[in-house]
Amino acid sequence: MDRVALSLIELGAVVFCLGLLARLAGRIGMSPIPLYLVGGLFFGAGGVVELSGMKEFSHLAGEIGVILLLLMLGLEYTATELVTGLRRSWKAGILDFVLNFVPGAALAALLGWGVVGAMVMGGVTYISSSGIAAKVITDLGRIGNRETPVVLSILVFEDLAMAIYLPILTATLAGVSFLGGLQTVGVSLAVVTVVLLVALRHGHHVSKAVHSENSEVFLLNLLGAALLVSGLAAALQVSAAVGAFMLGIAISGATAHSATRILEPLRDLFAAIFFVAFGLNTDPASIPPVLAWALVLAVLTAATKIITGAWAAKRAGIARPGRFRAGAALIARGEFSIVIAGLAVTSGAVEAELAALATAYVLIMAVLGPLAARYIEPLVKKFSRPARPEPVPA
Amino acid sequence: MYMEETDLPGLGRRKDFMTASGRRIGVVELREGQTELFVSTWDDPDTCQASIPLTGEEAACLGNLLGGQHLAMTLTEAHREVPGIATRQFSIAADSPFQNQPMGKARIRTRCGVSIVAIMREGEVVPSPGPDVHLHPGDLLVAVGTQEGLDAAADILRNG
Repeated sequence: MDRVALSLIELGAVVFCLGLLARLAGRIGMSPIPLYLVGGLFFGAGGVVELSGMKEFSHLAGEIGVILLLLMLGLEYTATELVTGLRRSWKAGILDFVLNFVPGAALAALLGWGVVGAMVMGGVTYISSSGIAAKVITDLGRIGNRETPVVLSILVFEDLAMAIYLPILTATLAGVSFLGGLQTVGVSLAVVTVVLLVALRHGHHVSKAVHSENSEVFLLNLLGAALLVSGLAAALQVSAAVGAFMLGIAISGATAHSATRILEPLRDLFAAIFFVAFGLNTDPASIPPVLAWALVLAVLTAATKIITGAWAAKRAGIARPGRFRAGAALIARGEFSIVIAGLAVTSGAVEAELAALATAYVLIMAVLGPLAARYIEPLVKKFSRPARPEPVPA
Repeated sequence: MYMEETDLPGLGRRKDFMTASGRRIGVVELREGQTELFVSTWDDPDTCQASIPLTGEEAACLGNLLGGQHLAMTLTEAHREVPGIATRQFSIAADSPFQNQPMGKARIRTRCGVSIVAIMREGEVVPSPGPDVHLHPGDLLVAVGTQEGLDAAADILRNG
């Protein structure tokens, strides 16, 4: 068969299946991310059907997916929200980082994956999925809850931490020397600071530069700018994703709102392909050997996230049930853990097992997170106030 | 009244206060422009028993109901000292004969000695409306007069 025809058929079949999976996920009220990963495992190397024709496309599309994921993340926040969020949550943010980075890093060290592996797995277990967390909060009608701002500001802290962590990771993965690494970190810190300052004072100029009333022009401007900035950031070894995130922050106000609307379907498409591409490159046979470790890590880091959230909520003067709700809302890991693992795997600087462990871990956490958020309250109530003994009939 | 205002990064803003009965009531203004009304549960003021999404029109209507009540209550309080004077609210129904007409056409003050002191419309107050203010369906009129006069005014507004 013609190569183009084959690629089109494969791509069409995969995208169509993703649609079915997303519908299934919506029906049972869970995040589609684990299903996308399973879909990728199914079709990829060592899976039931091996698709090779769409490899080139899925690779580039996956890259674009990451850029769009982070661009939209940046669009969600205004620079002011970031700065006040940071001021309010830095203590909880640091606790969050220590408690949740260490388990992943320690396990990687235990399995003999070296410093690079430890850095990657630490990142995978550290970062909560702001996508899943925000959806859970909205779906469960908890926007008005008093612990919600606590959860959101921890997520803000994590997302900003990504802007510092990712460049360090890219530098480490590229095997840059210590001095070179410092330089990259310096560059990225300077870029983050400059972008925040520019966005605080002159965000409307950036917005004006990409804005257009014509949605076609607007989309092309936006996408072009995002790819350009990400490419430049990647060339500086600051990581393409961080470039996109920073552009998103710099765009503000009404422009940011319309940009979110216009980009959402594109992000959904490319991000889905990104998850599939990650699954495609993972051999399903490599998962069972690491499954036990993934489970251990899942239980451990679910507990550490609950501790983080509960501690932060307690400081905000929230009562016991709210503390546990805050903790449980943070459990889900998802898109960003896969972004980190994806970066590591494509660089080839880590063991293949790491991809398997990360996949299994995210599969568990993306399912466990929303479930925990929903059911933690009845659980806490049951344990904190044991049911009164039944009155004995006289 | 102590009202708390909190940023919800990425979502919007929350404004709420604690009622004397121990429940928290407030609204979330989402960034896309919707409003959500929420009420906390009685045993845990941190959590919400209900969050109700409201359209702009619904939010305005609710504001009218509560705001009108508040204004009428204040006026009633003020007129308690004056015997024979009462305050009442009238709403302009969708089939009112005076909808989209200037208020002066109803000649309420001439016919029954009742003064319309304010109109609540879409959550805003039009104070001391003149006779050329047009009435819209959904408007809430706050009227001051004698009991008989107010009865007559109600009849005029309903039946022309």
